[in-house]
Amino acid sequence: MNDVRKLRIATTSLAGCFGCHMSLLDIDERLFTLLELVEFDRTPLTDIKRCGACDIGLIEGGVCNAENVHVLREFRKNCKILVAVGACAVNGGLPAQRNHLDLRDILEAVYETEGGLARGAHIPNDPELPLPLNQVHPIHEVVKVDYFLPGCPPSGDAIWKFLSDLIAGRTPTLGHDLLHYD
Amino acid sequence: MDPLDVIDRALAHHHHDGTRLMQILRETQEVLGWLAPETITRIAEGVGWPRAKVEATAAFYSFFHLRPRGDYCLLWSDNIVDQMAGSQALMQRLCEALWLEPGRLSEDGLAFVHTTSDIGMGDQGPALLVNYRTMTRMTPERVDAMAELIRNRAPLASWPAEWFRVEDNLRRTGPLLGEAFAPGTALSAAWARGPEAQLAEIAAAGLRGRGGAGFPTARKWQACRDAPLEAGQTRVVVCNADEGEPGTFKDRVLLNSYADLVFEGMTIAAFTIGARRGFVYLRGEYRYLLEALEATLQRRREQGLLGNGILGRDGFDFDIEIHLGAGAYVCGEESALIESLEGKPGRPRLRPPFPVTKGYLGQPTIVNNVETFACVCRIAEKGAAWFAAIGTAQSTGSKLLSVSGDVAHPGVYEYPFGVSVAEVLEAAGVRNCVQGVQVSGPSGTTLTGEELGRRLCFEDVPTAGALMVFDCTRDMFEVARNFAHFFAHESCGFCTPCRVGTQINARLMDKIAAGRGSQYDLQELPRLHRLLAGTAHCGLGHSAGNPIFETLTKFRPAYERRLKSSDFAPAFDLDAELSQARQMTGREDRAAHLVEE
Amino acid sequence: MSEETTFFLDGEPIPFTAGQTILQAAHAAGRYIPHLCWHPDYKPHGSCRLCTVSIGGRSVPACATQASEGLEVANRTPELDDARRMLLQMLFVEGNHFCPSCEKSGQCLLQATAYELGMMGPHFDHFYPNRPVDASHPDVLLDFNRCILCSLCEQASARDGKFVFVMGGRGMRGRKVIINSASGRLADTDFALTDRAANVCPVGVILKKRVGFSVPYGQRRYDRAPVSVAQAQEASRE
Repeated sequence: MNDVRKLRIATTSLAGCFGCHMSLLDIDERLFTLLELVEFDRTPLTDIKRCGACDIGLIEGGVCNAENVHVLREFRKNCKILVAVGACAVNGGLPAQRNHLDLRDILEAVYETEGGLARGAHIPNDPELPLPLNQVHPIHEVVKVDYFLPGCPPSGDAIWKFLSDLIAGRTPTLGHDLLHYD
Repeated sequence: MDPLDVIDRALAHHHHDGTRLMQILRETQEVLGWLAPETITRIAEGVGWPRAKVEATAAFYSFFHLRPRGDYCLLWSDNIVDQMAGSQALMQRLCEALWLEPGRLSEDGLAFVHTTSDIGMGDQGPALLVNYRTMTRMTPERVDAMAELIRNRAPLASWPAEWFRVEDNLRRTGPLLGEAFAPGTALSAAWARGPEAQLAEIAAAGLRGRGGAGFPTARKWQACRDAPLEAGQTRVVVCNADEGEPGTFKDRVLLNSYADLVFEGMTIAAFTIGARRGFVYLRGEYRYLLEALEATLQRRREQGLLGNGILGRDGFDFDIEIHLGAGAYVCGEESALIESLEGKPGRPRLRPPFPVTKGYLGQPTIVNNVETFACVCRIAEKGAAWFAAIGTAQSTGSKLLSVSGDVAHPGVYEYPFGVSVAEVLEAAGVRNCVQGVQVSGPSGTTLTGEELGRRLCFEDVPTAGALMVFDCTRDMFEVARNFAHFFAHESCGFCTPCRVGTQINARLMDKIAAGRGSQYDLQELPRLHRLLAGTAHCGLGHSAGNPIFETLTKFRPAYERRLKSSDFAPAFDLDAELSQARQMTGREDRAAHLVEE
Repeated sequence: MSEETTFFLDGEPIPFTAGQTILQAAHAAGRYIPHLCWHPDYKPHGSCRLCTVSIGGRSVPACATQASEGLEVANRTPELDDARRMLLQMLFVEGNHFCPSCEKSGQCLLQATAYELGMMGPHFDHFYPNRPVDASHPDVLLDFNRCILCSLCEQASARDGKFVFVMGGRGMRGRKVIINSASGRLADTDFALTDRAANVCPVGVILKKRVGFSVPYGQRRYDRAPVSVAQAQEASRE
């Protein structure tokens, strides 16, 4: 076998639940096969904090706050191929279901007027906290996205098929059994 | 007057006939100002329709209001030539004078100011509709005086009549309009020929429809004449006076000063195909013409040229009703127009069946342009050979052209088919170098200054009769953006590609205008054009991408100089996306902002 | 006995009887032409344009075009499927289609058709319209966030003799299903669970209360077979 350079992959979760990452782990023993073909850069699995030059970036979650924007831009800058993974990255998903509401009303309700809050509770304004955007956006509305892998989450099998196609140089296709939006 | 009496009077006026719903809604609204939920309920009961059907029609047309519109509803014509004449600044000035925002009724319920699609006054703009009455040639002084009258709640009748004056601006006449016409002469000539010979005369004249598509008139009439009638049916003649294509205003002149030519042409059509019923579908924007047209119809009845026993001949019965539209461009499409005539939303029908076999209330129906009927009248009067000798081989006769934009003498010009664009522009007094000419409105063709030698005829550049001229100071991108918004506003919303595609087009054009576009977006526009042209339900959708595609092809730098990046850029300002959170937290630190990349 | 006549769908002969449309005949023959607003029990509507096919290079809606002897109809070509994917993407971005939280997921014709055509993502920017839910009726919930304006509820309700749903308004901002009551609420109409209109919605707008998510994941209609196969099976049972 020729000495083929391993592809470098980075992953992250923006406004997501890490369910897509759990699903990646669901490929189980195929992880060993995957690790023969790729190496991981920034990802919760390696705990690397900054993304270096990569071949593939996998993004879970939509864009809900300022930090999401920074991370997404970093990925786009460093990854040759950027993939929207899962419903939230694809169309905003569950977090985007706040989009028909005014953010100001939401913040007010959650931190100031809803019952059960401590007396004098207020909307947090610590500069450490990223500010939420007026609306949640799927990632393709903020940066150019090369592929979409839908699902909530996409199954381990779907992720495996998608990645093995991509790594082998085929246009990823899922087919009836693996393509799901839920 | 009690609102219920107003509604009941309109219902009685139209014999509680649901097919007259548009007129019932209009007459009710003209008195009550808007169509309240209880008004809709009452009308539904009155015509015996499900309530939702009445609401569906009322909700379709821009000029019907299901919410209060104030005592003064002021709608500024928003075509690009009105904008070039300064309409936007004038509208802004009016809003400031009245302390209100466009599109929102003032707090005290006094006035509502907004834009509307072209109202057919491109030669005398900026123009607007005030409670659906046309006002032309607006100036800052007029706006100030008007605001004063509104604040004082002065009735429209007391406003200066001069403000409501609409000029014909007929700059050049030819075979169609050059000679006086004695009502009845053409009809008598047709009668003398007989229906078959009259139809043959139209065919021999080579007359093609003046609405733009250029379908042979005789072939349409023959198909209608041959269509079988069921018991109780009649054939129907419809005059399409829904002159909604932005930049077009020649039918306005025909209806204002040559109505006899049009009505007589319709009567000849009725005689030729055997129709007893006729309609003029007059666009709502031309409401100001209604009373004069009704008077002309009445005179013609008295002259024995309409009604029962026309020309004193037993069994020659035909009459014409005027049906007013209510602000929907798509009703210019013949099957949508027929839907509207039946009291329904103006949604183009699935075809076949075609209107010539199943049109108005399932009866064989011809729908022809106003100008086509005027031509029919002259052909009947002067003969096919006379007509066929004018124009070119495939485009006989003359054409009325509405010329507006950057010319010294905007107005209506009659030329034989085959005239070059350059010749028309020279007559209209082109002031500067010509950058582009939009022929036949947004759904037509964009010519560059290098293409002015092209000829207006079906062999070269087909036209419904409009030239909008843009000199070198104009921004052709903004022209196309105006047209994109026009289609997004006028799409009926029936089919997916047009309903959504016209919106995406408008959004992409706004994105580029805001300096957020990229080559990525420029690649999207032709894709959308292909989809619309290939899958939309009707002509509106098929051509909705035309002006973008044409300007993108011929004036690409006008797009490119606005691009933010060559790669991809979001449609929105990310920093502005943090505005609400900043406001609620009071934060202004560095992390509270997103710098553009 | 009617004479046997055929046309050709992507080269395959399809029998038809006089008066049948291309889509009707193809459906009866178990051949799939993508569609959303067409339903075998109702008149063709022609609004979704998914069934656009090509005849001699001309695009026509198969649901509204009569079959004729020897006609050569192109259906599943890469170009037509590409246009169909774009139409689907348009439908997905103009409404709010969040499949994971939708009761109709797995039984939804829009979703199944998007699977069939391999639509991986929405491509366009989302409109995220604000469309309130009508939960007023005791038995049925209306969630217009998923409406694709197919008019099947209008046609079914007309056949119920009730006209509870009527398509009205204009353009993307205006066109919608109008409810036949002054309040605009379903509870104020004579709509009933037993109406044809209660069962006709191809997407997740008209939902019966208290039965959501009753079919487990993996066993739902379009989990078992793709829409092209499921429809052929249904046609053969008809």
